[in-house]
This record gives sequence, structure tokens and C-alpha cells, in this order.
Amino acid sequence: MINIHEVLETNKMIDQENLDVRTITLGISLLDCIDSDLEILKKKIYEKITRTAKDLVATGQAIEAQYGIPIVNKRISVTPMALVGSAACRTSGDYVELAQVLDDAARTVGVNFLGGFSALVSKGMTKSDELLMHAIPEAMARTGRVCSSVNLGSTRTGIDMDAVKLMGEIIRETAELTKEQDSLGCAKLVVFCNAPDDNPFMAGAFHGVTEGDAVINVGVSGPGVVKTALSRVRGENFEVLCETIKKTAFKVTRVGQLVAQEASRRMGIPFGIIDLSLAPTPAVGDSVAEILQEIGLEYAGAPGTTAALALLNDQVKKGGVMASSYVGGLSGAFIPVSEDQGMIDAVQTGALTLEKLEAMTCVCSVGLDMIAIPGDTSPATISGIIADEMAIGMVNQKTTAVRLIPVIGKKVGDMVEFGGLLGYAPVMPVNPYSCEAFVNRGGRIPAPIHSFKN
Amino acid sequence: MKKFIITVVGHDTVGIIAKVCTYLAGIQVNILDISQTIVDGYFNMMMIVDAGKVEDMAKMSAELEALGEEIGVIIRCQHEDIFNMMHRV
Repeated sequence: MINIHEVLETNKMIDQENLDVRTITLGISLLDCIDSDLEILKKKIYEKITRTAKDLVATGQAIEAQYGIPIVNKRISVTPMALVGSAACRTSGDYVELAQVLDDAARTVGVNFLGGFSALVSKGMTKSDELLMHAIPEAMARTGRVCSSVNLGSTRTGIDMDAVKLMGEIIRETAELTKEQDSLGCAKLVVFCNAPDDNPFMAGAFHGVTEGDAVINVGVSGPGVVKTALSRVRGENFEVLCETIKKTAFKVTRVGQLVAQEASRRMGIPFGIIDLSLAPTPAVGDSVAEILQEIGLEYAGAPGTTAALALLNDQVKKGGVMASSYVGGLSGAFIPVSEDQGMIDAVQTGALTLEKLEAMTCVCSVGLDMIAIPGDTSPATISGIIADEMAIGMVNQKTTAVRLIPVIGKKVGDMVEFGGLLGYAPVMPVNPYSCEAFVNRGGRIPAPIHSFKN
Repeated sequence: MKKFIITVVGHDTVGIIAKVCTYLAGIQVNILDISQTIVDGYFNMMMIVDAGKVEDMAKMSAELEALGEEIGVIIRCQHEDIFNMMHRV
């Protein structure tokens, strides 16, 4: 039988160490909504989302009450819209209308974000993909809850450099159109290499075409819990360190597994995966950077950071896979800058640079995330940064992503406030030398040799 | 059987257990086990209860929370599975 110390340990994690389930994300396939008539398509999309997700928020709240565990976000992901809209959309304006329908549906069911205004162009762009990508700036400016993502490359296909070039321009344009809100539109836009089909986290969530009609994916969190556990083993060797992270990750993930099973049972929708991620928030004590400090670094970014992050990421996975039958999504440590107080402090101190962050993305679960850069950064430079990150993902057979915010009107050192979970960030310097000729070459970077496994 | 864990955390005062037990008896909740300890100077109590006869768990949780506020302690009621999942393989 459960004893009092175990009960107190769990409740301490919840009350003092920010243990929560970060998101229940309901994936909804919109493939059966496809129609060549835009108005009919819009109606079908709205109807399907509001019907399938009508109980999502209430179910989440009921589970919170039953187990006493906070579930921070209830969200929705849908089939990449470039596929859903391809038969009906003739112009980018048509895609903007679809984004507004998604926004309306999200508002109706009460979710704070809906992901899937997306295109998968790792090898090439269809006309429809291009129309959607050109619609992103206006869609991000006109909607509040819709998130957009574009997959630009994969280990199997290589990198679509035409799309990389285009996205540099699109990110810059999105920043311009939302400049009144510190270019907030770019916080809802992410580009990927090896994007997973079942990621529950925003801004990159979409419901992949390999998925069923509807599925429940759950993202767990808990950097504060890991940090507190590590504070009890200061000075111990790496074996003790790794064992502690692993055990803690197991416990955190089990809570996610419980919530996912219960949500699936209550809604009558199959359970997909648990995403075992350490997702920080701007709250003090809910930081991945603070874990790195607890491991023994003065600041995130100090020499040793990449190694510390690599072991952290690996132990989180090793503890997590034992705790859940199905693990997927991004699964690992997130290193966003604006959403992590320890990262913000490290940047302000001068300990953490863009280049060090890039190195860290080789060993963590995602990529360059929520990084504010000067508003006058050229589209070609943004494309160059994206290409570097895509190459890391392609060669290492892992997901990488870029979510940069060129903040219009701001320069290096200025602070930018995004609000809520998106946090705030100091504008970071970008390497000033040109990569224009490289980006302008056009075409594709071929898949790496080790991708030929057949 | 519907097992829930009720925890009470706060400064020790007269009648905490009596008040909680009286409330539980009134709604037909059977107490299976009680244990208590002092951590960092705070009174911590845990009850394992069978709430099989309770229809509306959300109402019971809310009423226990309100009772806690009245006494000046934090009372929380959680389904046992969150603890089983976390602490048992």
C-alpha cells in the first residue's frame, strides 16, 4: 500500500517543483474534410474540429480534479493544411481564410493553441505548399491561436534549399506584419528537419498523415522536479547523477501516462504517445538551464554545457521509455531562450551565445528555439541559420527546429516581452557576415550517405 | 472500491482529524488507513479512503478543500492511481 512519504513526495513535486502535465494535445485528421469548394471545406473543418474536441477542455479539467495534477494546456493539432486545402485554395488569401476558420474553431472549444497550419516540403514544394507558405505572415498576424510549421528537410530526403530560402523571407515578413506586438507572429512559426508526426508541443504540432482519425498525445514536463532531485546529489559522481535523473524522469512520465490513458478512456479516442520532454517555463524553478547549473556549470553556455545537456537528454529518455508503452514526439530537453529564466540569465551575462546554442541542439531534442534576434537581420542570414540547423538534424537523424524572432525595431541587448508561457528574451547578436550567395544557389542538398539503408 | 488519498498539511491544531472524519462519515466514506508525520514542523496526515458510495467526486474534493480553509490547513483529495503509477512499477 502507498505510504505517506510517497504521497508527500508526489505532492511536493506538484506544489513546490512545478510538476505538471504540459499539454494534452488532441490530433484530428482533416483529410475527410477535403473539398474543392472553399466554403464547403471551411464549414467541414470547423464542424469536425468543434465536434471532435468539444469535450477536450472539460475532460482535462476533470482529470486535473481527480488526480490533483495541473494540466497546463489543452491543445489541438490538425492535418497539415497544405494537404487539406490543396483542392480548394487558389490563392494565399484562401489559405488565410482557412487559418481564420482554425482560429474560430480553437476559440469555440476553448484551446489556447491549434497547430497544423503546416506544409511538408522536405524534398519539394507543390503549388499548394507555396501558397500556404506565402499565406503564413498574414495568417499569423490575423489569428491568435493558430500555430504554423514547415518541414524543410529530412535524413531520407535531404534539405529543400528553395524552401529554406523562402522561409527566411517568410519569417522576416511575419515579423514585419506583427511588429506592433514585438514580432509575436514568429513565436507561432517554426521550421523543422525530421518533423515528427505526433508532436504534442507547439508551435510545431501537426497531425501527421500516418496517424488515425483522432488521437490523444500528451506532453509531460518537470524541469523543477529534476533540478530538486539533483540538488540532493551534489558532488556525487556521474553514475549517481544519471541514476537520479533517470528515476525522476520515470516518475514524471508515469504521471503523463496516467493522464493520457484517462483522457483516452473518457473521450473514447485512442492514446497515441507520451512526449517525454523537459519543457521549461519562465517561472523560477522551472528551468532546464538551472538543471545544467545543478549538474555543475556556473551558467548554461559554460564549457561542458553540451556534454551536460547530452547526458541529461539521454537519461530523460532512458527513464521515460520504461514508464510508458508508447513514446514519441520530440522527447528530450527543450532549450528555448525566452521560456527559460536560466537561459535568459545566461544570455544576459554573456555566457550563452547563438553559436553555443547551435552546438547544444546537436544533443538535445529540438533546436534553436524562441531566440530574439535584431529586426534588421537579413532574410538570407535567417535562411543560413536555418540551413545550419537543418543540416544538424539531417546528418544526426534527429529532429531539429528553428524558431527565431527577428524583432522589428529592436537591436542587440534590447528586451522583448512575449507574455505568458512565451516569456521574454534579450535580443541576441547574429554573425554579421553574408551567406547570400550560398542561400541563393537554389535546389536541394542531397540526403546524406548514411540515409541509404535499404 | 474507489480508493482516494486525502492529505492534510498545515499547523497542528485541536480537532483536525475529528472534523475531517465527521465530514467523511456524513457522506458514507469509509476510512481504510490513517497515518501522520511531522515534516519541517508541519503536520502531515494521509488517509486512504473508500469513496465507492460517493457519486460526485469533484463536489467532495471541493468540500474538503473548503473544510481545510475553515480549519486553516490544506486538504486535498486525489485518486490513488497517481501515487501507484509514480511509485510502483
